Amino acid sequence: MKFFPLLWATLWRKKTRTILTLLSLVAAFLLLGLLQAANSLFSGGTQRLGANLLITQARVSFTSPLPMRHLSQIESLPGVEVVSWSQFFGGIYKDQKNFFPQFAVNADRWIATFSECRLPPEQAAAWKQSRTGVIAGRTLADRFGWKVGEPIPLLSQIWPQKDGTRAWSFELVGIFDDVTEGSCPRMGNMYLRYDYFDEARQFGQGAAGIFVIRIKDPGQTERISREIDAMFENSPDETKTQTEKEFSLNFVRQVGNLSLILNSILGAVFFTILMLTGNTMSQAVRERIPELAVLKTLGFTNRMVLLLVIAESLLICVIGGLAGMGLATLVMQGLAQSGAQFPPITADARVWQLAFASMFGVGIVVGLPPRISIVDGLSGR
Amino acid sequence: MSAGIVQIRGVTKTYTRGKQSVEVLKALDLDVAKGDFLSLMGPSGSGKTTLLNLIGGLDQPTTGQVIVAGERIDNLGASALAAWRARHVGFVFQFYNLMPMLTAQKNVELPLLLTNLSASERAHRARIALTVVGLAERATHKPNELSGGQAQRVAIARALVADPTLLVCDEPTGDLDRKTADEILGLLQTLNREHGKTIIMVTHDPKAAEFATHRVHMDKGALADEPTH
Repeated sequence: MKFFPLLWATLWRKKTRTILTLLSLVAAFLLLGLLQAANSLFSGGTQRLGANLLITQARVSFTSPLPMRHLSQIESLPGVEVVSWSQFFGGIYKDQKNFFPQFAVNADRWIATFSECRLPPEQAAAWKQSRTGVIAGRTLADRFGWKVGEPIPLLSQIWPQKDGTRAWSFELVGIFDDVTEGSCPRMGNMYLRYDYFDEARQFGQGAAGIFVIRIKDPGQTERISREIDAMFENSPDETKTQTEKEFSLNFVRQVGNLSLILNSILGAVFFTILMLTGNTMSQAVRERIPELAVLKTLGFTNRMVLLLVIAESLLICVIGGLAGMGLATLVMQGLAQSGAQFPPITADARVWQLAFASMFGVGIVVGLPPRISIVDGLSGR
Repeated sequence: MSAGIVQIRGVTKTYTRGKQSVEVLKALDLDVAKGDFLSLMGPSGSGKTTLLNLIGGLDQPTTGQVIVAGERIDNLGASALAAWRARHVGFVFQFYNLMPMLTAQKNVELPLLLTNLSASERAHRARIALTVVGLAERATHKPNELSGGQAQRVAIARALVADPTLLVCDEPTGDLDRKTADEILGLLQTLNREHGKTIIMVTHDPKAAEFATHRVHMDKGALADEPTH
């Protein structure tokens, strides 16, 4: 600790350079933190999706409907606990910018399938009673300040009613929550009654967008998926069954491998900034070789001088790195609370590991002064 | 002459720069008595700074023995030599070599960081050293707020603060005007006469050399004559 004032004073010997170096490090680690956000965005928050949920969609595309007759056949398979189905509704709430996912579902089956989401019993009963009733996740309800009883007008981008209008009127009858902290990854969604939707829509009756299958044993995922798809092989409605996580990832991948592209760009920028900053810091160390030589004349050993220089560069890297990662955390929290279409971003240990490895790696590498004799150091050679 | 604090025996020093070898010191012998103020003079390239570096434990000879303060230092390892320097030698350089980001007080405290003294004891001793060199009132000033003479006084205080056996000065007045140089040399003389410090000083300046009790002339890596009084 007695060396800390020396360390601190040395760090600030050129204030402008130190501040610029710190800002560069903050920018680099902010980018690294935002990589986490990008990864969360492109994984669609899939890390919290259940391992025991399978999605069966049409083999050609998830936009092609599947006949309801598949339901009983899927239910008959050993290991299947409950099967639900859903149809994407694609509605806009009041304004184009207010888009959020809505699905037409069977109320009883939804409650049985998504047991990690908790809908109060009286609200569940109200939903079953009201054909135009809808339920929303807590995040979505908070985003628009909805209370139970709120009228929800939606303009569907896909489904007109039989009279040709795309305007649909619903009423919020329930708000669902997590069963345990973070257990329900559907809190930004809204669910409407399939029976009402199916009767009222202009076309496509009797078909489901996808089937959602809760299985008893997550270890049976592969077998059941294979058996479901085998049942409908060579039929007019072939299927593709996968885990909910894989389904979500494939959904995002429809727009191309943006995750890879974005990660590559951010990663390249991060390491470029880091290398440039490291170079500046390294240059600063070399400029001070005469001073380091003076310390040696006073009796500081080579090892002590080395440790002092490394400690100094580590200090600046850790300050800049933590500030950048802290800023990134604030940005991610802001995004999560903004109500935007952004999946929950959780602290990713791998990103923090990479951040700390980068801080310590750069700190140590740039802090290594060239081995030089005192005589050469004093003469500035 | 009292007991020798520095004994140089058959010392040679050869530098290799690229393919060329240059013998800077040639079989040199020298004794410096305790309490002496010795001036090393000679033209550029005569080897006086090299000799000073060997005496101060900053460099090691190619052959020969260097015994300072009763210890043979020519065969010490780097860490042992660093510890030896901290105990026995205080350095004063031509360009002061103060840490620009530290105050005069903190610069003087630097050698004491290597001791077990408490922070308050370090500060106390640094204040005493600054008082000895007549610069107590400038303790909170940084080197760029001091004149050349003041900066050199701080450097002398830093050299003194750990109470070394030997003060080694390399052209200590080379960057100063005559008046300031005389003040600094007077200070060194006082430290030698009143505090009994042994001082070895390299200088080009014959006037500066007059402040020493003995003078040695070097030429082409060897002593040109016996010490003169």
